[in-house]
Amino acid sequence: VLHVDRRSYYAGNWASFTFNGLLSWIEEYKVSLQAGPSDEAAQEKVEEGEEALALSSLDTSITNVEVFCYASEEPEEVEEGVKDGAAAAWSVPQTPDSEGEVERCLLESSSVEEEEADEQQASPSPAESQPEPKKQITYTKIVKEGRRFNIDLVSKLMYSRGSLVDLLIKSNVSRYAEFKNVTRILTYRNGKVEQVPCSRADVFGSKQLTVVEKRMLMKFLTFCLDFEQHPEEYQDFSVHSFWDFLLTKKLTENLRHFILHSIAMVTPDVCTVEGLRATQHFLRCLGRYGNTPFLFPLYGLGEIPQCFCRMCAVFGGIYCLRQSVRCLVLDKESGKCKAVIDSNGQRISCSHFVVEDGYIGLDQRKNVDSRQISRAVLITDRSILPSDSEQQISLVTVPPVEPGSPVVRMVELCSSTMTCMPGTYLVHLTCSSSGSAREDLAPVVSRLFCIPVREEGSEVPSVLWALYFNMRDTSAVDRSSYDLPSNVHVCTSPDAALGSDHAIKLAEAVFRQLLPEEEFCPPAPNPEDIIYDGEGPQGEGPGFEEADPAEALPSQGEVESAERQEEAEDAGETGDVAKQETVAVAENEPRPASEE
Amino acid sequence: MHGRVKLKSTAQQEEEKRKEREKKLKIYVTARDAVFAKRKNGMLDDEALLLTQQLLSSNPDVATLWNYRREILLHLETIREEVDVQKMYEDELSFLESCLKVNPKSYGSWHHRGWVSARLPRPDWTRELGLCDRCLSLDDRNFHCWDYRRMVVKMSGVPVDQELQFTDRLIGSNFSNYSSWHYRSTLLPLLHPESPEPPSPCHQTHHSPPTSPQSHSHRVCEEQLLKEYELVQNAFFTDPNDQSAWFYYRWLLGRAEREEMISCVFVSREEERVAVAFSRPVNVSSSGLMLVLDGQPQRVEWRSVHPSFKHSPVCICELPPGTISDITNEHNLTVHWTEKHTHRDCALYTGRSVSWCRDSATDQELFRSELSVEKTSVLQSELQSCNQLLELEPQNKWCLLTIILLMRALDPLGYERETLSHFQTLKEVDPMRGAYYGDLCSKFMIENTILKMEYAEVRVFSLSDKNLTTLCHLDQLLLVTHINLSSNQLLRLPPQFAMLQCLEVLEADNNAIENLEGLYHLPKLEDVSLKNNKLSRLSDLQPLASCPKLTRLDLRRNPVTQLVNIESELAELLPSVTDLLL
Repeated sequence: VLHVDRRSYYAGNWASFTFNGLLSWIEEYKVSLQAGPSDEAAQEKVEEGEEALALSSLDTSITNVEVFCYASEEPEEVEEGVKDGAAAAWSVPQTPDSEGEVERCLLESSSVEEEEADEQQASPSPAESQPEPKKQITYTKIVKEGRRFNIDLVSKLMYSRGSLVDLLIKSNVSRYAEFKNVTRILTYRNGKVEQVPCSRADVFGSKQLTVVEKRMLMKFLTFCLDFEQHPEEYQDFSVHSFWDFLLTKKLTENLRHFILHSIAMVTPDVCTVEGLRATQHFLRCLGRYGNTPFLFPLYGLGEIPQCFCRMCAVFGGIYCLRQSVRCLVLDKESGKCKAVIDSNGQRISCSHFVVEDGYIGLDQRKNVDSRQISRAVLITDRSILPSDSEQQISLVTVPPVEPGSPVVRMVELCSSTMTCMPGTYLVHLTCSSSGSAREDLAPVVSRLFCIPVREEGSEVPSVLWALYFNMRDTSAVDRSSYDLPSNVHVCTSPDAALGSDHAIKLAEAVFRQLLPEEEFCPPAPNPEDIIYDGEGPQGEGPGFEEADPAEALPSQGEVESAERQEEAEDAGETGDVAKQETVAVAENEPRPASEE
Repeated sequence: MHGRVKLKSTAQQEEEKRKEREKKLKIYVTARDAVFAKRKNGMLDDEALLLTQQLLSSNPDVATLWNYRREILLHLETIREEVDVQKMYEDELSFLESCLKVNPKSYGSWHHRGWVSARLPRPDWTRELGLCDRCLSLDDRNFHCWDYRRMVVKMSGVPVDQELQFTDRLIGSNFSNYSSWHYRSTLLPLLHPESPEPPSPCHQTHHSPPTSPQSHSHRVCEEQLLKEYELVQNAFFTDPNDQSAWFYYRWLLGRAEREEMISCVFVSREEERVAVAFSRPVNVSSSGLMLVLDGQPQRVEWRSVHPSFKHSPVCICELPPGTISDITNEHNLTVHWTEKHTHRDCALYTGRSVSWCRDSATDQELFRSELSVEKTSVLQSELQSCNQLLELEPQNKWCLLTIILLMRALDPLGYERETLSHFQTLKEVDPMRGAYYGDLCSKFMIENTILKMEYAEVRVFSLSDKNLTTLCHLDQLLLVTHINLSSNQLLRLPPQFAMLQCLEVLEADNNAIENLEGLYHLPKLEDVSLKNNKLSRLSDLQPLASCPKLTRLDLRRNPVTQLVNIESELAELLPSVTDLLL
């Protein structure tokens, strides 16, 4: 497996960055990517009976990048004037919109002033245990502590009985990462953030439900857990929507909101069985590792593709960053891809080629799907729902704030997830785009957060820094919509869903095409069972046989066949296997997060 | 090729594992033999400590090794400075921690830890509590840890309120935990004792950490009770099939214990006999009963009503012959229950052949001990909550049973019909416990009949055709002269039946009675009707011979009537019977 990537980092749009890394990434998308050597150079390598098929040299998957900085840029930590300094936008001029927000925020602040006096007398509140106002986090501080951030481009969680967790366990790749449980599920309802009672312990402890509601909810959830056994309960609703079904159950408005938005996490119009199945999946994931159904990898989701890369590298995969495949060499007779030519003009022969959708030019697309994901990344100064513990990982479901606005999913990460500096929270917002990311998400941000810095005493977290961008979502594009040779396999971009099922399914499908006879991601052997060269007898492990001698392994630039399962693994995980860089594997292994 | 990975084959791995195991076993056996040899020679040295440590870390469940270890430690304690002793025991604690990691439920390790903690010159209880918390977070039902924790709490005097918060936490994370609920039930009466005592719990407990909850009142003040009801309702509404919450609820509702007292004194001139009923069974020989007749202590022999009981709620004694037989005399009796410092008087007036003195029993005193919140309003609102739950869960047995208990506490007669219908549902939804519900229902029906009898101020007890499966509360029937138990499902007249000291007429037709053990020395019993029962052997009728006044006996439709010579046999067995129906 040779893995080449035109970027300087792993995992493409699945990557995560330190704060400073993210700033560089933002800069990259402000200037279009440099064009590489001319196509003529490549043409020289094309032989008789072959033709070249150019790949797109521009990555257009990220658009509408907008950055706002509300944290004070003053290196001095001055109490006075924090407000004035903070409002300055960092790289984008202040828009009328956000000025409006500033005003609103000031109004809110003055309304809570009365409570302030009381609070000072009260015993230490979570607010007071946070940094004092004079220690307000400045932009300078964020940059200085930038390495403590691991900001994901894609925001997903891992269902604890989802296909990703199953695969990590089955393949032993889990040994390269550590995980934390998402600690609570929140939702935005009637202008407030509330905790969703979803586990038995949550329901028991919930203060917002009456005992009768508790029973109703538990009864409904218990039914969902094995709803297939009780077809009489729902078969009359097979053509109706899940929402209609919920309306007929003895559920209060409260409970219907929780079930639809936060447990099933579906839109009201999905069919009953789909809603029930989503609820069931959520419930089955509960309690496996903790009180919510979700896990989050320490150091960010970007760790996961790197873990698979690492496994691949351990077993001989070669990784090259900052090197691009310029074009494919097609055999005119068979129409198959027999080699690729890289950005240095090197010809690398191959038997299969796996490529990310972003490299496919318009000419090879039969139709264009223009779906997008809207993303926002916020750095805030306190949790959206302060509690006893500052170290909460929360999933927040935000139903449309106005009719017609999108359903927004929000994940708030605390510093113990190793994705942000202590004293801050990293908030990811995701929705399917209807407009630009800021158009879609700013209304939610302004409702849930203060922009810029909050007055003292307000409970609402302030946004210190915000990033908006759109990412193209090609997950629904079918292989048949590409006009490509049969041994070229396309990985689509990340999808908007919360779980990673789509990527796993795709990885397995690609793997099946490459190696129909082999097991997908068999358990990797334990380190103590591995014999290195020159040690002990030469046992033959299944699935790790020598490469076909005809395709001798790469000295760099030489060709690689995609014959190892690991390749498909990260094809699915990273989204793009056709990536470059001439860095030896050993020097460039993914950072082992778990060992820090 | 360079950098490629090879794997060991399965056979290779197996072989390696086997060798590993063999090696381990050899080391273990050698060390074990060495330890036993040393112990035999009475060697109590560091080397022995080391060897036992090696053995115990791989197998912490060998009690002998722990014992040896304690012998060594006790010896070393005598020859070392206190600083070194502290160090020695601290090392022991950290060694034990590693043992608990191997097996968190090892009896030996926990016991030894308790022993070490108690001997440690300067114990660090906070650390021990932390250890317990860690263990319980891994397994909240590890009873070894619960036991050890109790000891730590006791030794270190953790304030009760802090302990209550601890149970809050555990119940919050998983309310299906008897240990936590039970612990709560021992803490609440300490922290929130029933008024009138002013609530100053923290101060009290700081000075004198509770030694044993049993030594305190079990009652909890009402304000706290209401909070507890709310907590536990959250649990059973969340999961009505979880019994731990229901059991706690029952405990909350039923805290009262009946006052210990002499409930009735009965005296009969004719038999020159005194019968005394108590609020609970007493041990006849050791409870210090004393009879004073007209100011003179009497030398009498107390006995229970039936030889099979040592404890009985009814005791009898015969007065010396002639002491009260003259009907023209008036006598004053006093029975002292010296053990409980209580007594009861009874006057036998001129011209009366019998006399008794007792409290007019009300339902409150008699049968509400199971659920006995003082305020009806509280019970009423609890009943409402349960009915609400029953609407959602009409098949839930815990809910049904609790409703029955609440109804009984509120108004046993008024709710009789609903109670019976709930029992019917219970038997249907939980057929495995049908007999239990049958017995419980019988008990309640008997209680209700007793109440009706009390209100009517009669000595006739009639409970026919009510599906009775068992008899109970017979001590309450001490004064009853006529009893009708016909058309029930009784299998026997149990020994307790002998408490019906005044019984004259017994009707128990149409049952399945095959045993008459309880018809034992009933001094006034004259008329017994046992038509259509299962009496089959002559010996089953033997107890009747002890009833001196029996004159009428109806045994029709019993297998025993088919025996040959039954008539003559009976005439011999029961010479007093003049009216025999076979």
